[in-house]
Amino acid sequence: MKLTKNVIIRRKGFQNLPERILLKDGHLIDPGTNMDKKCDILIKNGIIQDVDVIDAPAFSGQVLDLKGKIVSPGWMDMHVHLREPGREDEETIESGSLAAANGGFTAICCMPNTEPAIDNQEIIQYIKERSRELLIDVHPIASITKKREGKELSEILELVEQGAVAITDDGSPVMSAEIMRRALEYTKMIDIPVIGHEEDITMTENGQVNEGFVSTCLGLGGIPSVAEEIMIARDIMLAEYTGGKFHVAHISTKGAVELVRQAKSKNIKVTAEVTPHHFSLTDEATRNFDTNTKMHPPLRSEDDRVAIIAGLSDGTIDLIATDHAPHSSEEKEAEFIVAPFGIIGCETAMALTFMQFLHTKKLAIKKIIEKFVANPYQVLNLPQPKIVKGVIANLTIFDPDVEWIFEPKKILSKSTNSPFLGWKLKGKPFAVINNNQIFQSIL
Amino acid sequence: MLKSKHLLGLDGISREEIYTILDTARSFREIFDRPVKRVPTLQGQTVVNLFFEPSTRTRISFELAEKRLSADIVNFTSSASSVKKGETLIDTVRNIEAMKIDMVVVRHVSPGAPHLLSRVVNANVINAGDGGHEHPTQALLDMMTIREKLGNLEDLTIALVGDISHSRVSMSNIYGLRALGVRVIVCGPSTLIPREIEELGVEIYHNIDEIIPQVDVLNILRLQLERQRRGLFPSLREYHNYFGITRERLENASKPILIMHPGPMNRGVEISSDVADSEHSVILEQVTNGVAVRMAVLYLLAGGTSEIN
Repeated sequence: MKLTKNVIIRRKGFQNLPERILLKDGHLIDPGTNMDKKCDILIKNGIIQDVDVIDAPAFSGQVLDLKGKIVSPGWMDMHVHLREPGREDEETIESGSLAAANGGFTAICCMPNTEPAIDNQEIIQYIKERSRELLIDVHPIASITKKREGKELSEILELVEQGAVAITDDGSPVMSAEIMRRALEYTKMIDIPVIGHEEDITMTENGQVNEGFVSTCLGLGGIPSVAEEIMIARDIMLAEYTGGKFHVAHISTKGAVELVRQAKSKNIKVTAEVTPHHFSLTDEATRNFDTNTKMHPPLRSEDDRVAIIAGLSDGTIDLIATDHAPHSSEEKEAEFIVAPFGIIGCETAMALTFMQFLHTKKLAIKKIIEKFVANPYQVLNLPQPKIVKGVIANLTIFDPDVEWIFEPKKILSKSTNSPFLGWKLKGKPFAVINNNQIFQSIL
Repeated sequence: MLKSKHLLGLDGISREEIYTILDTARSFREIFDRPVKRVPTLQGQTVVNLFFEPSTRTRISFELAEKRLSADIVNFTSSASSVKKGETLIDTVRNIEAMKIDMVVVRHVSPGAPHLLSRVVNANVINAGDGGHEHPTQALLDMMTIREKLGNLEDLTIALVGDISHSRVSMSNIYGLRALGVRVIVCGPSTLIPREIEELGVEIYHNIDEIIPQVDVLNILRLQLERQRRGLFPSLREYHNYFGITRERLENASKPILIMHPGPMNRGVEISSDVADSEHSVILEQVTNGVAVRMAVLYLLAGGTSEIN
């Protein structure tokens, strides 16, 4: 395998910031610095120069009017599938970054199930190189095991030195408890999390949808909730035994939320993420056999959805990540059992979260920002963006009350596999700023 | 008249529609006793039989129904494995539809395949079995057979016996019979009863001897032998000993029980030969009625009324 290096990325869509720009009249909310006030931000050469009330007429430079909009530190989506290398027809590092920026993110973590997998230093370097000039910070997540086969550990120390921020065999659960134990033990040296796609695959061989009333009615193979919970229980026990950091990817069941809640009460190092589709939809959405409702883990029951909302509200679930999984329309427009698992998510995450939590008053805006900023950065042990003088301007600007329709023409991902097409959504990203660049959302 | 232009399943069907189909089928059944078993009803219409999964009796039954209605017929057979090799279902059907066809009969291993087709083609789509989901014409022919033998369906207790989990026949029977308010029992090993099926208004039993004194009909499902390898039951021997329908078991019945099976049978497994060939077995009449029911469905979807000239 030979990968091209030092490729110059066209900055399609991402624009350089003017030398001086004034963000005027925004409502700044930064839970990290306890900031919650209407104020202006002066950015010079991509660096925050001042956070204060600044007189616009006296300012020489571009002024961006942010009246009625909220400005927060840049959001992170720590669960994104870029299909490069391997399936560039579905997504590339650039198109995935544009989709993320369109959805209001300034950072993403990309999952290692590329072809070849992110299990070697060369691929990490390739991703770093390909994303070097983008607005989006792309943090690669390496595989736990070589080729994601669950057998031998990847060269984790070197991968992390090259820039990997966590490890996972996402999509291919590590079935060997011994390998999982060693991964948790080994990563203690460098304090990165081991992320688990939690599914006992011996129980899910023919599984297509959540096992329950809907799978019975549709005659589709079931994926039982207990297959997820068994693995989470195992890995919580291993995290307790080893002292390693364990992060549950895309938690989806009531029992799983309860397991994480108990583990946290015992101070075991466990964290969890949930996707917007798991708190927005249930398996009832599959009744018309729409393959855009087919994903791993599957859409669950209403009981599970309610438990997830409670878990996110009380802090059991730390953060929201999308599991953005682009698939070509040729592959998705197929018989249900043939179509691949997964949906895109970056561009709908903000609105779906606001609709389920902000507009229903389940979580305050500050708490929601933490779910997208402080918490993912903390889980990954990375310095988090803040709105303070002297740092790179890394900002997400949005309006939580704007209503809009999610249409294919607004999607910047190369794929359009979403169950939310045609939905009326509430809450819209306006622009993101990072790495001396700006991108205005076309949603 | 039917509400939908397709017959994708019996989930959501009304009692009126069921009786319309059964009454129409009865009229067609009478034609079978004539020397010329053919009516010109679908003359000039083209029906495609798309079978993506091996099938003998259902395919022949549909073909015969189409021929007796004077339709032109195209047969397309393909294995499920070639579907996975990139020959997409949608492309195949769009190609065939470009040849100006009117109706599509589809059998496919994937639940929902007929639903997918109904969204992309203009022709009427009839589900001839989609994975473990539905097999509506089979359930309709079962209902027709029971009605002919025992009269009013709604006073009866009907048991579906065996592998309920993987049976499209059982699902369509449950949807159809429950739409009529019939008492439905499902009976089989607990590993072959799908979760939360009681939500569909059926009663669950695991002991054949408990249900025999209560039922009017035993509809015995085919046991797919590969289920044993997946750990769903330990052996054919044990299955037969506990769930097989034998003459000895039937001696506990309080009245004669109608014996049905959608075929093909595993004699000596889910049903013993003496039961299959007994005077109360209507298995061959099911096959005959299958043709009549399929004629009725084709006729009604083509726009026919329940009055046949």
